[in-house]
Amino acid sequence: MTDTGPYTAQKPPIAESPERLRERIPGWGADLDPINRPSATRLQWQEDTGAHWEFPERQPEKWPRERSVEHKMLTPVFGTACPPRWLSGAIRRYSYARYSEGRSARWLLFVLADRIDAFENHVESFLRLRPDNPITETGVKSEFTHHGLRSRLGQHRADLKHQPLDPIIVAGPWAAAAGGAYVGARRLVDSLRG
Amino acid sequence: MRAMVYRGPYKVRVEEKDVPPIEHPNDAIVRVTLAAICGSDLHLYHGLMPDTRVGMTFGHEFIGVVHEVGSSVQNLQPGDRVMVPFNIYCGSCWFCKRGLFGNCNNTNANNYAVGAYYGYSHTAGGYDGAQAEYVRVPFADVGPSRIPDWMDDEDAVTLTDACPTGYFGAQCGDIVEGDVVIVFGAGPVGLYAARSAWLMGAGRVIVIDHLDYRLEKAREFAFAETYNFTQYGDIVLEMKKTTDFFGADVAIDAVGCEADGAFFQHVTAAKLKLQGGGSPVALNWAIDSVRKGGTISVMGGYGPLFSNVKTGDLMNKGITLHTNQCPVKRQWPRLFDHVRNGYLKPGELVTHRVPLEHIAEGYHIFSAKLDGCIKPLVVPTAV
Ligand SMILES: NC(=O)c1ccc[n+]([C@@H]2O[C@H](COP(=O)([O-])OP(=O)(O)OC[C@H]3O[C@@H](n4cnc5c(N)ncnc54)[C@H](O)[C@@H]3O)[C@@H](O)[C@H]2O)c1
Ligand SMILES: [Zn+2]
Ligand SMILES: [Zn+2]
Repeated sequence: MTDTGPYTAQKPPIAESPERLRERIPGWGADLDPINRPSATRLQWQEDTGAHWEFPERQPEKWPRERSVEHKMLTPVFGTACPPRWLSGAIRRYSYARYSEGRSARWLLFVLADRIDAFENHVESFLRLRPDNPITETGVKSEFTHHGLRSRLGQHRADLKHQPLDPIIVAGPWAAAAGGAYVGARRLVDSLRG
Repeated sequence: MRAMVYRGPYKVRVEEKDVPPIEHPNDAIVRVTLAAICGSDLHLYHGLMPDTRVGMTFGHEFIGVVHEVGSSVQNLQPGDRVMVPFNIYCGSCWFCKRGLFGNCNNTNANNYAVGAYYGYSHTAGGYDGAQAEYVRVPFADVGPSRIPDWMDDEDAVTLTDACPTGYFGAQCGDIVEGDVVIVFGAGPVGLYAARSAWLMGAGRVIVIDHLDYRLEKAREFAFAETYNFTQYGDIVLEMKKTTDFFGADVAIDAVGCEADGAFFQHVTAAKLKLQGGGSPVALNWAIDSVRKGGTISVMGGYGPLFSNVKTGDLMNKGITLHTNQCPVKRQWPRLFDHVRNGYLKPGELVTHRVPLEHIAEGYHIFSAKLDGCIKPLVVPTAV
């Protein structure tokens, strides 16, 4: 006789009975009844949220705050971290003003601005004499203090295949900048020598 | 004050910043006593979330002491010890009034689609976060709660995101008694989700990851069966076999956009950033592992762009997809009961306590999964 298992009206049986599960697992079934699950009904009227306003007072806008064109107006409350500045800021402002959230261009411009922003800030960090330090800022020191090798060797980790890419992502732009500076300096020296 | 600051992909440092001012009458300024690093922070740290600006302070899981309150704050006073949900929300818009605290319409000017969260890039509203000595808490009468006397700090801080998100993730699976539940990802969110699935009456809970030490935790903390996907040629087929070729009733994606397991997908999405929405490996495995008519709960975080999701199988199998940013405060009363009854001890997943001054090491350890790290906390200096 063949085992017809999943081809009948019954589900394959569970090995453990509810009694056994209740014994083994603290609180098993405590929220079996959806009434006990706070988000079982996803949209549920909340009488008291703590809000004592119908519409919140408006936070003062201290600089022209960028906002999504999918919003009818600036939200009454908004974050004030890192106002846009320089070229990265101009790109971000443009993208916010121009594209809806449905457009890929909006997000790709942000990705571009993010890379430019990192570059701008690295340059500034040198000018301000608080230079970025890729060694301390990546925390790689912890490889030596927190078992970098033992955490990887003999494990069945899938991420080992691509972790070698991380230093390239971090150091690549630095190496490119250093290489560019070196080539530029040599050209300058050569041209000065005539 | 001292604050963690993002310096570009894979780089963070501690800088001196001004203590944030009150910007709105219902703001509070909270002195942070304990914060955490979340798997979501890794997406920022790796440069995957668009409009993550250099100079931003991350951190959306925290507890602290109220330092100052704005003129309209009624429910809190300086000196109160508070736990703060990661959602920033007004409590009065259409969405908040219906319990969608993660989808407030009044707090994220940058995006309609995304709610607002502390320290989570401008895509989530451009608020500085709490891996710092002080943080601005908007709508102080709505989000924060006083920490109950009986609750310990490490339970409280894990209850501001990771634990309620796992618990919410299990609810989004609409589990009925005896269901077979597969949880993809044995990070904090996955482990809490697996543990919560039992509360809802699951008959079998299976956890999948590639980190053996986390799978060990899944057996111990979440009483789950575990599979290391690198040990099977085809993890989907393995899931079919272990369910007598029926498929699981419910799958929970607690992995998100940096999913491993398919080199090409991971590298194009997480490293080269060519799939702006992220690597959908775990979500696709979930789609292929549940039975026809099953349910998938997506807790994993993805970027705002496209990715290669197997929409065909999703439709052919009649799968129900439930997902959201967790409305944290809605989960609290019931979760507090569970903690009090001893059904759940959220602080058990904390493995590392990192001084704020060593934040760069903290991020690296958590990101590279060193030293058995599951949940790292950040301890600001001025406490
Ligand atoms: N919806 C929400 O409200 C909410 C809240 C918090 C976190 N999140 C998201 O939840 C996800 C998990 O958070 P976390 O703190 O547990 O992160 P984490 O990085 O600690 O955990 C992710 C785990 O997934 C594992 N993994 C990678 N690829 C896998 C695959 N293909 N199959 C199975 N496992 C795989 C990793 O090894 C890791 O253990 C993140 O994407 C985060 O953004 C969502
Ligand atoms: Zn989080
Ligand atoms: Zn709202």
